[in-house]
Amino acid sequence: MSGVSDEIVGVNTRWSSISAAVVGWAAAIVFFFPIFWMVHTSFKTEDDAQSLDPVFFFNPSFDRYREVSEDFGGNLGAVDAFTNSFSVVIVSTILVLLMGIPAAYALTIRPIEKWRDVLFFFISTKFLPIAAAIVPLFFFADAIPYPTLGLPFLDTDDLLGTRLGLTIVYTAFNLPLGVWMMRSFFEEVPKELIEAAQIDGASITEQLRSVILPIVSPGIAATALLSFIFAWNEFFLALNLTAADTATVPIWVTGTVDGRGQFFAKLSAAATMASIPVIAAGWIAQKRLVRGLALGAIK
Amino acid sequence: MYQQVGNGLLVQMICEDFAQARKVIRTYKGAVTTEISNVDTQVSSVGVDPAAVKAAERKERWLRRIPLLPALIFTIVVTQVPFVIALWISLNDWAFLTPNPIEFVGLDNFTSIPDNGRFVDSIINTFWITFGTAFFSTVIATGLAIALDKKFIGQSVVRTLLITPFLTMPVAASLIWRNSILDVRFGFVNFLLTSLGFDAFETSSSPLFTVLVFSIWQWTPFLMLILLAGLQSQPPSVLEAARVDGASNSAIFFQITLPHLRPYLELGALLSSIFLIQTFDAVDQLAGGAIGAQNIPFFVHQRAIGGAFQFGEASAFGVVVVIASIILATFSLRVLSGLLDGDDL
Repeated sequence: MSGVSDEIVGVNTRWSSISAAVVGWAAAIVFFFPIFWMVHTSFKTEDDAQSLDPVFFFNPSFDRYREVSEDFGGNLGAVDAFTNSFSVVIVSTILVLLMGIPAAYALTIRPIEKWRDVLFFFISTKFLPIAAAIVPLFFFADAIPYPTLGLPFLDTDDLLGTRLGLTIVYTAFNLPLGVWMMRSFFEEVPKELIEAAQIDGASITEQLRSVILPIVSPGIAATALLSFIFAWNEFFLALNLTAADTATVPIWVTGTVDGRGQFFAKLSAAATMASIPVIAAGWIAQKRLVRGLALGAIK
Repeated sequence: MYQQVGNGLLVQMICEDFAQARKVIRTYKGAVTTEISNVDTQVSSVGVDPAAVKAAERKERWLRRIPLLPALIFTIVVTQVPFVIALWISLNDWAFLTPNPIEFVGLDNFTSIPDNGRFVDSIINTFWITFGTAFFSTVIATGLAIALDKKFIGQSVVRTLLITPFLTMPVAASLIWRNSILDVRFGFVNFLLTSLGFDAFETSSSPLFTVLVFSIWQWTPFLMLILLAGLQSQPPSVLEAARVDGASNSAIFFQITLPHLRPYLELGALLSSIFLIQTFDAVDQLAGGAIGAQNIPFFVHQRAIGGAFQFGEASAFGVVVVIASIILATFSLRVLSGLLDGDDL
């Protein structure tokens, strides 16, 4: 009797495993196809990329990558756009860590009173629609050199339209999530360890260096990764707050769309180049990503 | 000496040593505490200035606050002050590109809002893009997470491929969808549709649907990751016990797995909503800003810096949206608060 039921269970698990494989692979193909097609198209000629019958087999060439890397159509070149993006994103990520780490410390290890309220204040700022703040942000730095309008009041001495302006806004954009995430990692530092260090007469800096930071460093890395991803991919603020020479990679990608000529292959090449840093980072750090995205609620 | 008595005894002896040591420490601690309380009584009988004590306490409170201040002040200045300014701008008639002076008009910008059909439409579209996407993504993600929770060949490859849409730059993906995938003549999807004998799909005729499908494609992977973490944290012993008791697969799913997943579902829906409510890239670049797909971020942007330069009116829209967001946030924060109490899931 038991042998029969064992067999049924075995068949069941085999079937469920096969159906899981079918569902999983089918979904993977559907979900990944647009990205596959993007990379595939980026190696075609424009004629092959924009043909009525999709071209599957062709002689791959890197020419489109070369073309979009040069200045085209009066737009910013790839080198400038990537330099702008990397400098804005890296500096803002460092600022998030510099302000977020002490804040997470003050909310967990030596908590202030009402730390809960402060924590909720931080996350509540993420609910405010950025669009509503865009007019005041516009005036915060007096004038934005808006790329297509060439308005006469352009004043390049102003903060907005500069990389620094965008860096400040991105820092504010990522800081609340950073504080939440790092709080959850700081909470894992055993109180006993800190007490022990205090009894040994370790100063706060020594406690930080020898006890706390080694434990929370994976969390800090996850926070940095997510700040990087969100800032790298951000388009709305970049569109409103950068000038022609300070435009970031997302703006540069939109510049490859050509209203008159064929552009599918060039667009695909630019889109691939723009997406690679984040896709690579995300693939490598999948586990960290989940915990970070869940604000540390998932261990 | 210890080597002679064997491992079990050794452990026992060490434990006894520890117990001994602990006893000593406890006695010592007790003595110290008594000592301290003695000192305390002495001090208070000597009569320390209560103001000095208070000052010391205040100093301690500020010392604790200092590390928080840079982040807090920075966040207030960059995220809250603009809204206060927006509140003031919303009370004025301010057409930026005209020579007309800025004029204080009180609540006029607000009272005219119900007459603005496109703003009302943009609210409805925002609702669809946010909750429609969150809902359908969650349903699909639940199915995928259950599949990925089982072992099969190439599982980690499948997971890696599935999360990629979430990592791809949204603007880049929007443009790829608009052109290489959905273009009426050259798009791959339309090649498939027409070869199968269907009509070609036109993005411009159903822009909201297009944005919705794109957002589901983008956010399902994220939700799947969170739900997968939820499934994997399920204690296998409970499932085994249920199976031994003869529970059917559907009973196990609805009575054990789903309740266990609830906090994960809430968290995933909440976090994706925070980002989806701000959707701009897909509306602007995939739907090309078509009226049928315009949501609040796009509409406010267009009335302000994106073209109309009606700063007063745009700010009034912004203020309304902020109020709506606060209502939404209050609800969402309750969810987060529950998570904070339970702490980890």
